[in-house]
Amino acid sequence: MSDMQPGIDLATRTEALESLLVERGLADAKTVETFIGIYETQVGPMNGAKVVAKAWTDPEYKERLLSDGTAAVAELGFKGPQGEHIVVLENTATEHNVVVCTLCSCYPWPLLGLPPSWYKDSAYRSRVVKEPRAVLAEWGTELGPDVAVKVHDSSSEVRYFILPERPAGTESLSEEELAGLVTRDAMVGVTKVAS
Amino acid sequence: MDGVHDMGGRTELFGPLKPLDRDEPAFKEPWEGRAFAITLLANRAATASNLHAFRHALERVPEQQYLANYYGRWLGSAEILLQDSGLLAPGAVEARAANLRGGSVEEPADPEPHKPSMETAGGGNMRTVDAPRAFAVGDRVTAVGRPDAGHTRLTGYVRGRTGTVTALRPAQVLPDTAAHFVGESPEHVYSVEFDSHDLWGPDGEQFTLTIDCFESYLETSA
Repeated sequence: MSDMQPGIDLATRTEALESLLVERGLADAKTVETFIGIYETQVGPMNGAKVVAKAWTDPEYKERLLSDGTAAVAELGFKGPQGEHIVVLENTATEHNVVVCTLCSCYPWPLLGLPPSWYKDSAYRSRVVKEPRAVLAEWGTELGPDVAVKVHDSSSEVRYFILPERPAGTESLSEEELAGLVTRDAMVGVTKVAS
Repeated sequence: MDGVHDMGGRTELFGPLKPLDRDEPAFKEPWEGRAFAITLLANRAATASNLHAFRHALERVPEQQYLANYYGRWLGSAEILLQDSGLLAPGAVEARAANLRGGSVEEPADPEPHKPSMETAGGGNMRTVDAPRAFAVGDRVTAVGRPDAGHTRLTGYVRGRTGTVTALRPAQVLPDTAAHFVGESPEHVYSVEFDSHDLWGPDGEQFTLTIDCFESYLETSA
């Protein structure tokens, strides 16, 4: 086993492993930089926000998105690792969906990038399948008793993506302006989109 | 397998949520990005990028290391995968780390590589299964027991519980066998919805919990 020795900080451990891989021809600095660059600049929640804004402004797109998420997001160029089969769930005034991966941290990378700290944390992963209303309330999202709460645990290669409810008072905004309102948290279902 | 990774409903892990930070970057520190990338490359070298073997390696990272840091957990899995495939000797990373910090430790020689392999029907995890589905939308199903050892995607908290099939999902490579290089053994997959009170008792919050289950995880409820 590769038990972590106390005293070796993670940055040094990373450097050590990288140098061992490079020497054996199993990694190279250019590929490492490329992988990092993809998730720092090209793939992130701005992708999902474009999908949401388009669905809010184009009813036919929204219909395609809800019936075949994988194909509909591919129309906008979004596909790749951790996005093999996308299912889109719509949040409304009466139904609130929220997504977790209790076994690891599965997340729809092509649409949202790599998961944020809170999503990977043991508190979220343990609690949201048992007390979702309390979890959402702790982050300021209070749901009334008339709202059906649906929690989705990502245990297969299906990736769930939330289409949040369009906030009131945004009728005059352009698609691009709408995309600017959409947060990653709302696309996982732990918050609503504010106008 | 049982372990700290199977977190759903485990009250000993309950605690305050981390704050939502709209501007949180993909990598908070430079080493995290490098750990992410080299873990992907390590798994490519060790297992031809077997996603299930990677997850199973994460599950075998010692608990303290697993809980301490997400990318620290990734590094741990990379080292396990490299050792399992004979690409790196135990202790190689520690020795190199010591030398990077000015030590002069003798580094262990590389072992004989013995990379596991498995026949694959193609890229990704979606597959076609010709056999008819065992269950239909609306069926009442019970999540059956699972072995304590080995990889599975059946969570502990639904084990033995009864729910309703709400959606049919594409057939997929079975993680339980693929993680161990035994075969892809693709199966039909179902979304199964459980009532919160059937999972946690009558006193808790009212909601539904939906989770994807491979066909062999389910049996018809009496």
